[in-house]
Amino acid sequence: MLIKKAADIRSSEITPKSLYLNRRKFLANAALAGAAAAMGVGVKEVISPSTTAFAGNKIEGLKKSPFSTSETVTPYKDVTHYNNYYEFGTEKTDPAEEAKDFRPRPWTVKIDGLVEKKQDLDIDSIIKMAPAEERIYRHRCVEAWSIVVPWIGFSLSELIKRVNPTSKAQYIEFTTLLDPARMPGQRRQVLDWPYKEGLRMDEAMNPLALLCFGMYGEELPNQDGAPLRIVLPWKYGFKSAKAIVRIHFTDKQPLNTWNVMAPNEYGFYANVNPNVDHPRWSQAKERRLGEFFKRPTLMFNAYGDQVASMYNGMDLKKNY
Amino acid sequence: MHRYFKPVVFLACLAPVGRLVWLGLHSGLGANPIEFITHSTGDWTLTFLLVTLSISPLRRLTRQYWLISFRRMLGLFAFFYGCLHLMTWVWLDKFFDVHEMLHDVAKRRFITAGMTAFALMIPLALTSTKWAIRKLGRRWQPLHRLIYFSAAAGVIHYIWLVKADLKKPLEYAVVLGILLSYRAVTWVIGRQARATRVREQEGRAFVR
Repeated sequence: MLIKKAADIRSSEITPKSLYLNRRKFLANAALAGAAAAMGVGVKEVISPSTTAFAGNKIEGLKKSPFSTSETVTPYKDVTHYNNYYEFGTEKTDPAEEAKDFRPRPWTVKIDGLVEKKQDLDIDSIIKMAPAEERIYRHRCVEAWSIVVPWIGFSLSELIKRVNPTSKAQYIEFTTLLDPARMPGQRRQVLDWPYKEGLRMDEAMNPLALLCFGMYGEELPNQDGAPLRIVLPWKYGFKSAKAIVRIHFTDKQPLNTWNVMAPNEYGFYANVNPNVDHPRWSQAKERRLGEFFKRPTLMFNAYGDQVASMYNGMDLKKNY
Repeated sequence: MHRYFKPVVFLACLAPVGRLVWLGLHSGLGANPIEFITHSTGDWTLTFLLVTLSISPLRRLTRQYWLISFRRMLGLFAFFYGCLHLMTWVWLDKFFDVHEMLHDVAKRRFITAGMTAFALMIPLALTSTKWAIRKLGRRWQPLHRLIYFSAAAGVIHYIWLVKADLKKPLEYAVVLGILLSYRAVTWVIGRQARATRVREQEGRAFVR
């Protein structure tokens, strides 16, 4: 794998125009178009140019993955301008703005706890651990919207295998960077910083669990969790911790930030489940960004073949 | 002068919906246009409710008594944005699924609160005509105090729906708190003044 400086093709050009045009069709369906017609205003056919500062560095030599979906990929602009990343503000549009000057280098990840090879790993040595794959995953937020993203990374198990967890290690805990100077959202106690997430060891070892450092052919943009995050497509988005600085192996079930914040609303498992409602809204349907009608949410976000067996015999209404 | 001023204010009140149409035509509603419209119309409903509630205090404090002639229009705009907000939910979120909507109203307390806020605005909008004001006479004002409860339910609706960041709903709550306490204070002062007046009269009667 080779990481090259960006030069010629930008992601905005890779994203098929048809996707942007879909948005237009979508709007034409909405009442607004009617209002427009009444006012005699034509829908502008010019595609608005993207203004993002791109993460830039292209990642080449990507392997394809059998886990990839063939569903339509969500436009890059949406995935980079509609983010739940409270470290950079609580509005969806905040992270694109507030993370602009964030520098994800130098960066080390502390590996500790019940593991033989405790160490501080440099981000660039992590990226080189295994061949990078492109994995096009469905991503379902607990707020009932979803996207399809071509992530780049490799199975989290690749890293775990290399650091030799002891036999006592049953859980794994991820910690996001705590640095209010670089993460302005942390200057307010909206959540109990730093953000923490956790997995059971078998979940972490599941090949679907992705250690992720890129998307759309490039390194991760800051607002999507640069330089290192996890992606767990069968779980609600908040499980997929961003900007990870510590991976801790433990024998106790870790606390996860949203669970601490509102235990009756966000569980430890947080598996996508259309049959278990969030107390304040239904999880039966979701809105795929760019689509007008909602679509039904599928159990485990339709990754049941890979993950359902891990939860055999568990009451998923209790372990939400 | 105010006669020419009124159409200007009317158009200004339409600006938020005009902005939505304009943004919609220029791909400006972001990645989730329906959410954008829902939030925007909800924000403006609350804003217009609070602006309507601020007319009376403002009028008395600044002695600009003509302000009262704008109160009905502003209140009706609150209702207008409330209707848009509700329609966004009924149409674009629930797609007229009555069963699902009833389920939500009963089960999700933030929707119960929002529905209450909206329902309380309906009688106010219906009795806003000159004819209704005349017909209701002295009962009109007590009826229109329902706006206090509508605005409170609206703010509670907002507080109950946010995930973690209470900053924005609490801003509305603070403004509403100030506007309602102003009324409570003037009510108490008014009552005391009345009581004093009565006592003075009684005193005078005694002397006489």
